[in-house]
Amino acid sequence: MSAIPATADNSLDLWLAQQTEKSLLRFLTCGSVDDGKSTLIGRLLYDSQLILDDQLASLKKESHNRTVGDEGIDFSLLVDGLVAEREQGITIDVAYRFFSTDKRKFIVADTPGHEQYTRNMATGASNAELALVLIDARKGVLTQTRRHSFILSLIGVKHVVLVVNKIDLVDYDQEAFDRIVAEYRAFAEPLGFKSLAAVPVSALRGDNILRPSENTPWYEGEALVPYLETIDVSEDRTTEKFRFPVQWVNRPNLDFRGFSGTVASGTIAVGDEVLIAASRKPAVVSRIVTMDGDLDHAIAGQAVTLVLDREVDISRGDVLSRPGETLDYSNQFQARVVWMNEEPAYPGRSYLLKIGTQTVPATITDLKFRTNVNTLEQTAATKIDLNEVATVTLNTDKPIAFDPYASNGRTGGFILVDRISNATLGAGTIEFGLRRAQNLTYQSFDVNREVRAQMKGQSPRIIWFTGLSGSGKSSVANLLEKRLTAEGRHAYILDGDNVRHGLNKDLGFTEAARIENIRRVAEVARLMADAGLIVLVSFISPFEKERRLAREIAGDTDFTEVYVDTPLEVCEARDPKGLYKRARAGEIKNFTGIDSPFEPPEDAELVLHGAEAGPEVLADQLHAFLKL
Amino acid sequence: MLDQNRLTHLQTLEAESIEILREVAASFERPVMMYSIGKDSSVLLHLARKAFFPSKIPFPLLHVDTTFKFREMIAFRDRTAEEYGFDLITHTNQDGVRDGINPFDHGSSRYTDIMKTAALRQALTAGRYDAAIGGARRDEEKSRAKERVFSHRNASHAWDPKNQRPELWRTFNTRLNPGESMRVFPISNWTELDVWTYIYSEQIPIVPLYFARPRPVVERSGTLIMVDDERLPLNPGETPKEEVVRFRTLGCYPLTGAIRSDAADLPSIIMEMQASRTSEREGRLIDSDSVGSMEKKKQEGYF
Repeated sequence: MSAIPATADNSLDLWLAQQTEKSLLRFLTCGSVDDGKSTLIGRLLYDSQLILDDQLASLKKESHNRTVGDEGIDFSLLVDGLVAEREQGITIDVAYRFFSTDKRKFIVADTPGHEQYTRNMATGASNAELALVLIDARKGVLTQTRRHSFILSLIGVKHVVLVVNKIDLVDYDQEAFDRIVAEYRAFAEPLGFKSLAAVPVSALRGDNILRPSENTPWYEGEALVPYLETIDVSEDRTTEKFRFPVQWVNRPNLDFRGFSGTVASGTIAVGDEVLIAASRKPAVVSRIVTMDGDLDHAIAGQAVTLVLDREVDISRGDVLSRPGETLDYSNQFQARVVWMNEEPAYPGRSYLLKIGTQTVPATITDLKFRTNVNTLEQTAATKIDLNEVATVTLNTDKPIAFDPYASNGRTGGFILVDRISNATLGAGTIEFGLRRAQNLTYQSFDVNREVRAQMKGQSPRIIWFTGLSGSGKSSVANLLEKRLTAEGRHAYILDGDNVRHGLNKDLGFTEAARIENIRRVAEVARLMADAGLIVLVSFISPFEKERRLAREIAGDTDFTEVYVDTPLEVCEARDPKGLYKRARAGEIKNFTGIDSPFEPPEDAELVLHGAEAGPEVLADQLHAFLKL
Repeated sequence: MLDQNRLTHLQTLEAESIEILREVAASFERPVMMYSIGKDSSVLLHLARKAFFPSKIPFPLLHVDTTFKFREMIAFRDRTAEEYGFDLITHTNQDGVRDGINPFDHGSSRYTDIMKTAALRQALTAGRYDAAIGGARRDEEKSRAKERVFSHRNASHAWDPKNQRPELWRTFNTRLNPGESMRVFPISNWTELDVWTYIYSEQIPIVPLYFARPRPVVERSGTLIMVDDERLPLNPGETPKEEVVRFRTLGCYPLTGAIRSDAADLPSIIMEMQASRTSEREGRLIDSDSVGSMEKKKQEGYF
C-alpha cells in the first residue's frame, strides 16, 4: 500500500483534540410555513462563516427579485435544495445542514412548515435533541405551531426554543413578544418539555442571533447562538438499563459466532450475564469484538460484536438485557401513533411493524381516541387520517421485546409499513404493554378453564361494576353473590376498598398508580375466571380508558360491564362512609364526583338506575340480564 | 477508546455508519457497495471492514470504470482489493466504448450520462442488486442534503424527491417490491472535515492524488486539468506545465479540476481545508451545468 504521508504535527494534533472535545448538538427548526425557518438557518450558516465563496457568488445571483437582508442575500435559497422547492418557494423535505462554532458542532434539520409535509418534519425531529419552534411575530401561535410542538413531544424532543421571528416587522415590540410567549407556554405546559426558552429575533436582519440586539433592550436573555452553544441536553444513556438488539449474526467460520449490534443503552462488560428477551435463556459475555481489538466493556452508542460463553439460539431481532432488568415481552400494547399516509389507518387492518431489529405483522385492535393538535383534546375516532395523532392498542402476530418509549427512546419507537406498497405509513411510541405474551407466562396445562368450569357447572365470567361512590355497586354485588351462592354457584367479589388494603396497598392515586390499580385487579379477575369463578368486581373505575383496559385484559373471558347510574346528589345524600363530607371539606383530594370527573360508560352492557329502585330490585334485574 | 463513558463526535458517527452497513447486510438479498476509489469510498470501505469484522465484507464492491479515471486511481483500486481481499466487480458501458464516447467530443453532460449514469444502471440491473451503498454526504450538495439514508429507487432506478419515505429514528424501512432498489448512504451525516480527520486518526490509505505534487496540467477557463495520458487533446498553442497541485475530489481526469496547493500530507490538507473558502464540489465540472443538475442526475439514477 502507499504509505500515508503523515507528519508529526503538534499543532494539528492539538487542534484535532479540540475538535474532539466539542460536543455535537442535533436540532431542528420547525413551525408554520413562512415563519422563516430556512432563512434562519441560512443566517446561522452565514454568521458562522460557513457559506463558501463560490456558494455566496451563486446565491447572490439567485437572490435577484427576492426578499433580501442587508447582505443582499435570500438566505432561504441555501437550504431549499430541490428544484420544486425553489420554484415554489417552499420547503418540501427536511434538509440537513452542518455548522460549528468554537464551542460546539451542530447538525440542523430544516423541516417543512406545510401541514401536508408533517411526516418530513417528524423525520427531522426523530434524531434531534432540541427544536427551534419558529413563530412569525405578526401572526403569533398558529395551528401548525401547535401541531409541530405536539409531534415534538410525541417523538421525544425534550428541549424547545421558541424563536419569535420577524420581530423587526412589529417594531421590536416587547408586548407582542410577551403575548406570544405566554400563549405558547400555556399550550406547551402539558407537553412536558424539559426546557423551554424564548428569543425575539430577526433572521433576515440578524437581531439576537449571535449577540444581543440593540433593538430589543427589553430582552434580557441570551442571543440564540450562545444559548445553543451552552444548553445542556445530554442524556446519559449509559446509566440506563442495558439493551442490545441483535442486528446481524457474525459467523465467518465454524469457530466464531458473534452477535453484531449497537448498544442501545447502558453498558456491558466481559463476564456480565445477559438474558435473551424471547427465550429467557441466560448466557455470559465472553468477548466484545471490534476490528480495533477486543474491548473489556462497551457503552451505549457503540457498535460491537458480542461473543457468548455458550451455544444459544439467537438471531436478528433478539434483544439482550441483564437478568432482572428485562424488557417487556408482549404481543399487545398501547401506543401513540402519528399517521403519515394519505390512506387512513383503520382498526383491524394488518400492517408490518418494525421496532429496532424486529419486524412483525401487527393490527390496530382498538382506536382509543384521537388527539386534537390545537386543543390537545381527546376525541373518539374510527380512523386516523394523514398527520393525525391517535392512541391505539396494537396486537402483533408474535410477541416483541420493547420498553415504554418514555423510559427508553431506543427500544420504544416503531414504524408501520404497508404490506403491499411497502411505504412507511406511520410512526409510533409505545406507552405500555397490555398483556404478557401467551407463550411466556401462560403455561398451558392439561386442566384448562373449560375443564374447571365444567367441574363447577357454571360458565366463568367477569362482571365489572362501575359507578360513583355510594351508587350502590357493592350492595348490588353483595346481593347477587348471595343469590348465586344460594343457587350453588361459586362467585367472588373483588372490592375496590378491600383490594387497596392488600394487593394494591403500595399504590397511590396518581394517574400511573390508578392505571396499575385497575391493571392488577383486572389480571386477578381474569385469573379467578380462569379458575372457574364468577367474578364480581366493584370498582368506581371512573375513566373510560381504564375500563377499556380491564376489558382488554379479560381477553376472551366473558366480560359484562354494569353501570350503576345513581345521580351525584343521591350518592352524596347517602354518603355511607362519610367520604363525600370529607371531600367537600377538602380532606380528600381527587375524589370522583367532587373534584375529579366520572366519565359515564357509553358501551356498558347494562345500566342500573340506582335512584329509581332499591338494591334488591337492581340485583334481580342484573340476575335476569345475566341469564346464568 | 472510552473517555468518561462518552463517545466522541467521530466515534458517534463511526458507530452510526456501522449500524447502517449492518442493517443493509441483514435486510437485503443482494447488496453491493459502490467503490469510487475516492476518499469517501476509502472511509466507507474502512467502515465496512469494521462493521463485519472478523467476517469479510459480505457483499461485493462495484466500480464503474468510465475509462477516463486517473491511472493512479485504478492502480490504487487494484492494490486495495488485493490487500483486503474483497470481491471487486468493475463495469464499463461497452456500448459507450464501441461508440467511442469521450468527454471531449461529446461534452461532459452526455459523456457522464452514458459512461457513468447509464453504466451504473446497467451494472445494477445486471447484478440484480437490491441495495447499493454509496459514500455521498449531506454536506456536499443541496439535493443530497435532502436525501434519506435509505433512499428508495423505483424499478428504473429513479429517485422521487417529492415523495420520500419518512425515516424515523434509526428504524429504517428496508422493504422493497420486485424490481425496486435502495441506495444507502452510511456517511450521510459526516462533513468533509469529519472525513479528513477520520482518515487521519484511523490512518486510512487514500489515493496519492489528494496530496500536492508536481503534475503536468493545462489551465482551461480557470480550471486546472491534469494531463494524465495522451488522450487529452491539447488546444493549439497549449502545452502542459508542471505545477504543484492536488485534488479535492477525484473522478474522470478530464472533468476534475486540480487546485494549486502545497499540502503534501494529511495535516496540511486539513489545515488548508479549514482556511479554504470554496466548496468541495466546485472542482467537479458536472455539477455546474445548471442549477439543480445534481438532483436531475439523481432522478436519472446517478449516485
